[in-house]
Amino acid sequence: MGQALLCLAGLFISTYLYLFKIGKIGTLVCGTGGCETVQLSPQSRFLGVEVALIGVLGYAVLLGLALLALQPRFAGPTWPVRALALLSGGAVLFSAYLTALELFVIHAICRYCVASALIILVSFVLALREVRNPPGVAGAA
Amino acid sequence: MAAPATGLNRFYLVLGAVALAGIAALVYQVRKPKGVSIPANVTVLTADTAGFRGYLLGSDSATLEVSEYADYQCPACGAFETLQFPAVRAQLITTGKVRWRYRDFPLDNVHRNTRVAAHAAACAEEQGKYWELHSAIYDRQMDWSESRNAASQFSEIAGSLGLDRKRFDECMSSAKYAGRIQASLEEGTRLGVGSTPTFLIGGRLYLGVLSSDSLRKVIEATLRQPTP
Repeated sequence: MGQALLCLAGLFISTYLYLFKIGKIGTLVCGTGGCETVQLSPQSRFLGVEVALIGVLGYAVLLGLALLALQPRFAGPTWPVRALALLSGGAVLFSAYLTALELFVIHAICRYCVASALIILVSFVLALREVRNPPGVAGAA
Repeated sequence: MAAPATGLNRFYLVLGAVALAGIAALVYQVRKPKGVSIPANVTVLTADTAGFRGYLLGSDSATLEVSEYADYQCPACGAFETLQFPAVRAQLITTGKVRWRYRDFPLDNVHRNTRVAAHAAACAEEQGKYWELHSAIYDRQMDWSESRNAASQFSEIAGSLGLDRKRFDECMSSAKYAGRIQASLEEGTRLGVGSTPTFLIGGRLYLGVLSSDSLRKVIEATLRQPTP
């Protein structure tokens, strides 16, 4: 359940940043001002795609998997749980790469990006716990 | 991860409520009037400065070029612009002696709206009215300096000067000249500019407001110097 809530929060953060990128939101609510510096930097695109859009799509998929994993028929370490762990693990690596870009290339920190990195990290840890120590297995019957 | 049906239903209610709250917050953000913020410390791209050396005024064949590093929100720059620059323009620029080169040197730590002002002027340049808006921004410095929405004030001024406001507002929202402004600041910093206004005349920096008479004397002295 926690994962679904986290992915929903991540989805909203990414959508907020993407709406800014496409000009639907004038300014980002960001005390440091670093958010706009990061969002307007060349590093805000990855292989020609907006990083915020990658976030929107990624979180949407993770949310779908998290909701699927909640269904009784997917109790235990079934494929949605494994996929959730695998994808959120990849997302952790991608977030680490983006955070490094903020620190060492852009020299500005976007608090929404930090929030997203933390969300995906916690989500990955929860997914890993599900795979290794599934709570539903014992009481699922 | 799978949960009992009753717990699951309760969870769906919570998730739905969070989703609705999130959607409402996003809709609010999209619908609220767009403020404008021009980011500082952006990475300067080649395209930001391609073919652009600054805002130039005067003849290409003028003997001397004077570069002014200034901040739209700096009161001293405002004093120079409103009190001294008209005479400088009439006596030195219009007569072909000097070509003026204006460079943005935003002091972000003390002037919250300076980059927005510099960006507004850049957007006016797109429509061929840079110097008109430049002067108007300085003339009304007191009105917008502490404003929470300076961009809308610049938009109104732009409209009063005959600029296409829709195009101007779109330009402001895009923050497309953030890199140009940053490049200008970095150029000044490299040259040793630390305060505004600072004038670069004949390879030397002159700090602070110069009267038109002082400026003329400096320029004449510079022109008398033998060229290497």
